[in-house]
Amino acid sequence: MAVESLGSAPRVKVAPWNDPVIRGWVFQIVVVGLVGFLAWYLVSNTIENLQRQKIASGFHYLEREAGFEIGDTMIEYSPASTYARAIWVGILNTLRVAVLGILLSTLLGTMIGVGRLSPNWLLSRICGWYVEAFRNVPLLLWLFLFYKLISEAFPGPRQAISLLWNSVFLSNRGVYFPVPMADPIHKWMGVAFLVGIVGSWMLARWGRKRQETTGQPFPIISASIGILIGLPALVWLAGGAPHHMSWPELKGFNFAGGTVIQPEFTALLVGLVLYTSAFVAEIVRSGILALHKGQSEAAAALGLSRGQSMRLVLLPQALRVIVPPMTSQYLNITKNSSLAIAIGYPDLVASINVTINQTGQAIENILIIMAAYLSVSLSISAFMNWYNKRIALRER
Amino acid sequence: MTDLPVGERKPLAPPVDDSGLVGWARRNLFSSWGNGITTVVLFAAIGWVVSWFVEWAILTANFTASTGAECRGYGACWALIREKLRLIFFGTYPYEQQWRPLLAVVAMLAMLIATSDRRMWRPWRLLAIWSVGSFVTFLLMFGQLHIPLSLFLFAALVIGLGGLAFRRQVGSAGEVNAYRALVAIGVIGIGLRFAGILPAWKLGIAPFSFVETGQWGGLPVTMILATYGLVFAFPYGILLALGRRSNLPLIKGLCVGFIELIRGVPLISLLIMASVMLPLFLPTGVTFDKFLRAQVAVILFAGAYIAEIIRGGLQSLPKGQFEAADAMGLNYFQKTTLIILPQALRVVIPPLINTFIGFFKDTSLVLIIGIFDFLNTANQALVDPAWAGYPGEVYLFAAFVYFVFCYSMSRYSKHLEIELNKGTRR
Repeated sequence: MAVESLGSAPRVKVAPWNDPVIRGWVFQIVVVGLVGFLAWYLVSNTIENLQRQKIASGFHYLEREAGFEIGDTMIEYSPASTYARAIWVGILNTLRVAVLGILLSTLLGTMIGVGRLSPNWLLSRICGWYVEAFRNVPLLLWLFLFYKLISEAFPGPRQAISLLWNSVFLSNRGVYFPVPMADPIHKWMGVAFLVGIVGSWMLARWGRKRQETTGQPFPIISASIGILIGLPALVWLAGGAPHHMSWPELKGFNFAGGTVIQPEFTALLVGLVLYTSAFVAEIVRSGILALHKGQSEAAAALGLSRGQSMRLVLLPQALRVIVPPMTSQYLNITKNSSLAIAIGYPDLVASINVTINQTGQAIENILIIMAAYLSVSLSISAFMNWYNKRIALRER
Repeated sequence: MTDLPVGERKPLAPPVDDSGLVGWARRNLFSSWGNGITTVVLFAAIGWVVSWFVEWAILTANFTASTGAECRGYGACWALIREKLRLIFFGTYPYEQQWRPLLAVVAMLAMLIATSDRRMWRPWRLLAIWSVGSFVTFLLMFGQLHIPLSLFLFAALVIGLGGLAFRRQVGSAGEVNAYRALVAIGVIGIGLRFAGILPAWKLGIAPFSFVETGQWGGLPVTMILATYGLVFAFPYGILLALGRRSNLPLIKGLCVGFIELIRGVPLISLLIMASVMLPLFLPTGVTFDKFLRAQVAVILFAGAYIAEIIRGGLQSLPKGQFEAADAMGLNYFQKTTLIILPQALRVVIPPLINTFIGFFKDTSLVLIIGIFDFLNTANQALVDPAWAGYPGEVYLFAAFVYFVFCYSMSRYSKHLEIELNKGTRR
């Protein structure tokens, strides 16, 4: 039968050099062989060079004393700490600026992107100028400009600009502001906040189920915010409401007490956020423009309020267009935070750079950089891919 | 509503005038109460910022001071830019020779502008523009070029192979024989050169004094790094993209691994790698120019990004194109170069220009390994103690130059996107 023989047509006999399968394998083996040869050549050169320069390879240097100062640390660190600790400080600093940068630039970028679509001509033009101005100039230039402005235009600590009744001080050494004195209750407030997260997640599930069975909506968002703020506040009150603050005070040539945001950190964060939000704005704008006008009209015809139609109809669809390019912007922020080295913020690359100069262990250190950035990048993309799958259109 | 008799009906109010300036303002600025308030507040804010800027940058600015101290008490100190203009644009290039980088910048601009004209998008025309343009640029920058014989042999081999690949079935017998002759010359010549029979002959062109890359700086460095970074990354990005879409598992794995590795790490780490690790990779005694090392890092980096853009173009082609090419009996090479790539590359030209804008900005990172690109020479202008204290002016000026380049390229890319889509738009 003709139909059956189609699927099981006997393979035509061809000469081995014309067989695509054999050709494919030969080609692959040749390419892999060439790449392997190149790798072997580089590795053997490297080994020879290392032996000649008497550099011992291996990661033992990580346990030695680092001996250099780091200006801005989130964990305890002194020059007597090990190289491993110095690199860990750098990783934490990178993560801090990346996480804050992602949050703030999403917020600012969304506002500007929506602003560009505003019916108000002036507002949409201003947002357009913002995007063009920040997109077309290198990030590094913005970082230099902000850093120089902070360190040269702001006065020294003795003439610091005081704001809010002498509680916040702006100077070229950074922004000083008061913080609550350390108190054991803070730990319990953190625990209460975690409990609040779990609680509001359960509340959201219960609310959704109730709406599905009875049709009664439940104000999940405001209730969750209430729980997240209320629980820690209750714990704080129960602990006797400790309200001692540590105030920044001028002592000698600098401030003591309170806490400080370093100028390097400020310049880096401001530069990253302003630069990236220009790109985020374009993504958000094109995501909203990609929606058919009928969607908002249909939502209005169903009697949804403006907020409901945005939250339930428009945003979920726009997000499908927005999330993939947004992922690459988040990766860009993380990678661009490495520009910190140019203005002296001690991020991962800066720590590694000093370590290379002091120990000469170039290969090991470059491996650490690559491993660190790859694992951060891969975790961001894994999370965003998971999120993208969650909001993707379910086609049947 | 009860219907009143015609005589007692009230006339309707006339429609709101929405023509002319007043109508336009009513529609776009004061369409509602909230909009009106926004407009007024924004107008006030813009007026305040603009008047402050005009006063600082023009009215009270100093254009003629001879030291930074004379600028005190004035607004912007543009005299600093005037004084340091040549340092910012050309860095430490020998002072009396700086007409050469100037002409090199003009040559590169001419080359880029010629390339942006769609009538030039023919292989031979592009080859002519780029070989003449590159020759002029590097001759001016170096002052002297010593082109080894093997480069000519290699060029003959590549041109001959390219001609054979594309013109064997369609070219006249004479043309095809010419390509065969070129390939033969190339193969035999390179073979003889390797065997040591042909001498290491070099074509020396030396009209000017030699300037090494360590002395280059400013705008030409930024332009060379970005332009040649992209030019060399382009073919290798195409290969990576094709490899990533290949059916052969080992090739695909290699390409995916390489692309994701490069895209996962910041450019700075590649630049640091190029400056500290590349010397370790090479055999003892072989050294590499620092500028060339940075250029290699930029090419490696750009290739991975270009590969992803080209992959997008390949994916946008309908399956029928691949199947039709197979049905015509074309082999992989013919299918790719005659059917797939011409269509895929057409789609990706606008995003490629956007990538070029990105690289034009990202080359500023090379200052971290001590190369004097445009941003770094701008930084050098701030070092002079006689002119200390005016970083804003210098960075604004540098930002303006970058803006002019990037903005015009992004307008061109938008324009091209519309032009190229004319066939598919309704």
